[in-house]
Amino acid sequence: MRKSALTVGVAALAAAALFGLAGCAKGSASASGGGTVTLWTHNAGNAAELGAIEAIVKDFNAQSKVKIEVQAFPQDSYNQSVTAAAASKKLPCILDSDGPNIPAWAWAGYLAPLTGMDSTLSKFLPSTVGKYDGKIYSYGYYDVALAMFTRKTTLDSLGLRIPTIDKPWTEAEFADVLAKLKASGKFEYAADFSTSSTGEWWPYAYSPFLQSFGGDLIDRDGYKTADGVLNGPAAISWAKWFRSLVTDGYIAGKSGTDQQADFINGKTGLIYAGSWAAAPLKAKLGSDVLFLPTVDLGNGPKIGGGSWQWAMSQTCSDPKTALAYLKFAAQDKYVAAVAKATQNIPATETASADVPGYGPGGDMQIFRQFSEKFAVLRPPTPGYTFISTTFTTAAQNILNGADPKQELDQAVKDIDNNQKQNNYYK
Amino acid sequence: MTSVAHSAGTAAQRPGPDTGTVRHGKMRGQGKEKVVAVAMFLPAAILILAFLIIPIILTFVLAFTNTRLVSPEPGTFIGLTNFENLFTDSTFWASLRNTIIFTIVIVPVQSAVALGVALLVNSKVRGTTFFRTIYFLPVVTSIIVVSMLWLFMYQKNGLINVLLAKIGIQGPDWLGDPHWALFAIIVMSIWQAMGFHMIVWLSGLQTIPGELYEAASLDGATRWQQFVNVTWPGLRSTRTFILITITIAAFGLFAQVNVMTQGGPLNATTTLVYQAVYSGFRQQQTGYAAAISMVFFVLVLIVTLIQNFLTRDKEARR
Repeated sequence: MRKSALTVGVAALAAAALFGLAGCAKGSASASGGGTVTLWTHNAGNAAELGAIEAIVKDFNAQSKVKIEVQAFPQDSYNQSVTAAAASKKLPCILDSDGPNIPAWAWAGYLAPLTGMDSTLSKFLPSTVGKYDGKIYSYGYYDVALAMFTRKTTLDSLGLRIPTIDKPWTEAEFADVLAKLKASGKFEYAADFSTSSTGEWWPYAYSPFLQSFGGDLIDRDGYKTADGVLNGPAAISWAKWFRSLVTDGYIAGKSGTDQQADFINGKTGLIYAGSWAAAPLKAKLGSDVLFLPTVDLGNGPKIGGGSWQWAMSQTCSDPKTALAYLKFAAQDKYVAAVAKATQNIPATETASADVPGYGPGGDMQIFRQFSEKFAVLRPPTPGYTFISTTFTTAAQNILNGADPKQELDQAVKDIDNNQKQNNYYK
Repeated sequence: MTSVAHSAGTAAQRPGPDTGTVRHGKMRGQGKEKVVAVAMFLPAAILILAFLIIPIILTFVLAFTNTRLVSPEPGTFIGLTNFENLFTDSTFWASLRNTIIFTIVIVPVQSAVALGVALLVNSKVRGTTFFRTIYFLPVVTSIIVVSMLWLFMYQKNGLINVLLAKIGIQGPDWLGDPHWALFAIIVMSIWQAMGFHMIVWLSGLQTIPGELYEAASLDGATRWQQFVNVTWPGLRSTRTFILITITIAAFGLFAQVNVMTQGGPLNATTTLVYQAVYSGFRQQQTGYAAAISMVFFVLVLIVTLIQNFLTRDKEARR
């Protein structure tokens, strides 16, 4: 009874969303038909990745009786489509999910554990395998590493040191870098942290800074409270530092829409982006572009770990085919193909050899090292969805000048409330 | 929330009680007509029940529970906790404030601008059809597309600031500055929705008989006097319609905010509907979102009652 009530409640909310966002309700309209199994992916706006996935599906369909049908969604409305579909029991058999959502979706009973894949997935980078409660629920073809990108000529002309994995920029050094970039007068902004990006980018990109200061999104011991870690002295220092980047005029509070173009055109001196930026920048700037570790703000550099991963739904009518597809698609050649298309770090060592730059001695190898040395998973608790949105709002407000202490206290209060209301997701 | 707005609309536009009684009296003697009436009423009744009444009732129930969008646990009754949290939530008050400011500004300004434009394109000169089309164009363009375009135009070094710089004004970072963001959204919203109300005004203008203007000009009335004494009274019913439609649209402000600012900076542009969708979908707190919707429902109800009262009052005086 509660379920049907929830369904209609969701419908009511969906109606509200429809007011201006027609895309929202789209998800619930589809169901997998007779001889086909439906696959949902978030990358409708990303032709390269979608193309790679479609190629795998084509290969699979060529040797299987039951066909896979791809349905692509724009990333912005993807999660909402999945939750709406789950509430009305219309989830597709196969779907992808951003890594940090896996625990929530597994806990909520959306996803079925992947069985019989343990040996295959043991060769995958740990951050590309989604686990919850000791079971494997998903795997991804790639991981992404966050890094700083700048030009060698820029650093040389300003007499700045090129940081290395073992000796990254310290907070003071980084402040000096930004000050000199700004003082050079060559750039509109010293750096571009892509502050105009929305959604998961905020916790993904900016919570590592918080962790480098010594704070965190939630106390990982039991995931009961964020008190002391998200509003402690380390977090306050993070907030002040983050805000100072804007008040000192180093970064824009709302950055331009094309981070890479602005950097290539010389509008910004340094950018903070994912490893996906490496190949396009290399293509434009050649050997002048530098891939640098992110800044050490006290506890070593930190970067987010875990990217998009593939999973199977609990309500799948044909789990055999779904699992067969997921096994089929986990082959090294497909890992290489998707990693190549997305220009990210391949999940397996064997696949690395086939991805330009990631083979032995390749210039992209450094991202794999960043991943191995600096990656911190976003808190694997079903409450993460709430933590993520709450942190985003707090960080946005702080960047716009809200009082750090007040803002973070509020975020802690909200997160603690939510964990408690859900009985700590037991 | 949509449903709430709609119910407000239908309530306000419902014909007066007299017409209802007359129809009812006629039907009593004719059984066959009654069956036909019920048959014709049924499809609408089912739709209204399924998509309006039931969701509203559910909203009322869910508002007192901790129901979640993604959860294997059933929602439980938690009394007024959602409302306690809501009324101590500064985002809620910001949403309420922004919704009210937006409505108060947009209702008079948008209807006035639309009337002005309608008067212009109602004059008998060449090319009015062209201008009518131009003014109507933003209405038929998807609001998402319009919002995206204005997002680019409002950038710090976007089109608007470049134009302002040409006349020596240093424009602010429109959507990034808490003082300007809501203003920027208001301007853009007026531009987008004005065309629709222009058409409504225009239809009203064209129902005013030409003889009245002839008579007025024979009496030596100036253009302004003609407007005050002929045009304005002639637009009475149009005015009511415009007032109600703009108010409803203004209360439902969502798409622009969702695309352009996501409620920021510093809650400067968050609205009740945006907050409800945000809480309900992104934060997945169905119960809390239902509580916001209930507050929104009450707000729209109050405004509708006031509007009903005001428009009825005028009819009586007349």
